[in-house]
Amino acid sequence: MSEKIKSGPGRTETRDTVLEVRNVEVTYEMGRGRARVLDDIDVAIERGETLGIVGESGSGKSMFASSLMHAVQDPGVLNGEIVYHPEDGDSVNLLDLSTRKLKAIRWEEIAIVYQGAMNAFNPTLTIGRHFTETFEAHDVDPDSGLERARDIIKDLNLDPDRLLEAYSHELSGGEKQRALIALGLVFDPEVLILDEPTAAMDLLTQRYILEMLYEIKEEYDLTLVFISHDMPIIAGFADRIAVMYSFEFVEFGNAREVLLQPEHPYTRLLLGATLDLETPLEATHTIEGSPPDPVNVPLGCSFAPRCPISADRCEAEDPELRAEDTTHEVACFFPNRSVEEIGINTADQRRRD
Amino acid sequence: MSSDTDETLLNLDDISVHYADESAIMEVIPDSVKARFDWEEQPVRAVDGVSLDVGENDVVALVGESGSGKTTLGKAAVGLEEVTDGEVRYRGTDFWELKENGQIDGTSFQQARKALQIVHQDPSAALNPYRTIMATLTDPLKRWYPDLTAVDRRERILSLFDECGLTPPREYEDRYPHELSGGEKQRVTLVRAMLAEPDLILADEPVSALDVSLRVELMDLMITLQQRFETSFLFVTHDLKHARYIAGKTGGRIAVMYLGEIVEIGPAEEVIRNPKHPYTQILKWATLPSHPDDAQKAIQATSPLRKRDIPDPVDPPSGCRFHTRCPKAREACVDESPEQYSESGDSHKAACFREIPDHQYWQSEHLNEDGEIMIPE
Repeated sequence: MSEKIKSGPGRTETRDTVLEVRNVEVTYEMGRGRARVLDDIDVAIERGETLGIVGESGSGKSMFASSLMHAVQDPGVLNGEIVYHPEDGDSVNLLDLSTRKLKAIRWEEIAIVYQGAMNAFNPTLTIGRHFTETFEAHDVDPDSGLERARDIIKDLNLDPDRLLEAYSHELSGGEKQRALIALGLVFDPEVLILDEPTAAMDLLTQRYILEMLYEIKEEYDLTLVFISHDMPIIAGFADRIAVMYSFEFVEFGNAREVLLQPEHPYTRLLLGATLDLETPLEATHTIEGSPPDPVNVPLGCSFAPRCPISADRCEAEDPELRAEDTTHEVACFFPNRSVEEIGINTADQRRRD
Repeated sequence: MSSDTDETLLNLDDISVHYADESAIMEVIPDSVKARFDWEEQPVRAVDGVSLDVGENDVVALVGESGSGKTTLGKAAVGLEEVTDGEVRYRGTDFWELKENGQIDGTSFQQARKALQIVHQDPSAALNPYRTIMATLTDPLKRWYPDLTAVDRRERILSLFDECGLTPPREYEDRYPHELSGGEKQRVTLVRAMLAEPDLILADEPVSALDVSLRVELMDLMITLQQRFETSFLFVTHDLKHARYIAGKTGGRIAVMYLGEIVEIGPAEEVIRNPKHPYTQILKWATLPSHPDDAQKAIQATSPLRKRDIPDPVDPPSGCRFHTRCPKAREACVDESPEQYSESGDSHKAACFREIPDHQYWQSEHLNEDGEIMIPE
């Protein structure tokens, strides 16, 4: 891969989209109504960038991840377009592909490391068996596949002989997570989606996984979609950030801008509720109320019922956000009032203290 | 042993908790066979020689990795885990002796049991899914206060709902656990603990499973309850940020655990700002800053630990238990273990030779990555 795009924090010099999400929504028919669990998302993911997706549980982060591979489980219905632009070759809309062709793109071009490393492996099979089954499913010769797998495992600072022979209960949480990452990398994908890769881990294990992911990204020339509820992790990794609330993007843009000059009231309040070791304890706030029920999302802005600056317009009209060609965008009618009236200690102020 | 033990709410005196390593296979092998082949089981030394006092209206946050023994220490403190060695004293009376005798010098076992409550990490597992919240909460009240009428019981529960942010209270009484959010469930388990009017609550990772914004909310609730009812809290967490928040806001202490020992203890903000033990320094290093520039730099930095994985507590390292991973370890740390302090007052202490200016540590050689002594060139 010769034309590697160096993305400094936040900005790609040349636009080179690898994955494009257009008007994507996911709905579920539920007994008590229709639940929209992804609401009109538009985003162009650039080759080589790390896109951070931050939001609380139930905000639609994992649904967004599944959508990127067109892997939403039944009875969920995905509408819109997911266009993959390979480095060489023709662009394809994942929704137009046959099952066979889709299978080839999933894992080989776009891979995902799902949340919950602890339970991802079949306890009755060795880790090596999981690798060979993956190769067989993709018509790859297991021997040559395993050879590549061994190199990746070594890059992840694990002993391939030991790992491939082991059963999942013989591995620590960090080792299991690394095995899963290795499994995601075996076909040299363009895009790697990481869904809460460090959830439920000890502090030191977490740091180790992050350090390794950083190295892996450079070494394997990956585009990362990094999903987490943990602001500092996203702050450390992402070039661009999408903040999700109630199944949609409410703020999107260059990571430093979103984190240092947040404009959406939700982003501001979420940052104000983020703990670290520097901020004075009194400066930490909570967010009143709770997110809406997916069956019963408010007509206007979905954050309006909890928003300290909401006005009549917010209840009647839904603010839009187009996250395609911009460095910073926000789905709010009153970004200036938000900045003025919702006082938080921004990270810059925290650092000065 | 200090002379004012009678005054102390809870006094852990040099306690150890060792578990036999009961693998399924060892359980079915007869003892005679084990003895013949010398298959003596090595105990897991979950807690090893820890002393800690918890006073009235006191908050201690126990921090450490998994396997550090923090939960075991917490459970031993509230009498849910029997100690192998040492004494757990509730208001001066040995808890386990009290259990055996039922009553000692006017203190009954029932009283001690009621005074020490627990809030579990996973509220879903802690609530019976087939019973309404009211039914689940009525049981402990009947046990602790048999004289209360049904009307009084309901009133007490509803008023605690109100205190714990389950409002309006009447809407919650007939609900089943699955009709509650994660945060609400954890509030219910707090109500259950508070119903006993305890002196101390062990909160075992109570917010780890919750969302970021809910974490602060729930910790704020615990802080409010602590201040309003003067309940002491032992707060177990793997996250230094949570320890700082809850202990910092209540004027409490942070105790850092490593492989069954407390390696550092002190007032929250002091331990965070000026960590003395190299292990605490590493926990601080591992906590990402929230500024994107700092966080980015931090993620690219290499770990200062000499070894990644925590050693097996069945066979902890000789000398200082942290010496196999410590970036500052020297020859002196390999054989000699730094003295564990006996706990008193509010001072800030670390079990590390670096705290002793004239210790031979300072003259001894550094250790390399493999734990070998580095020969100076």
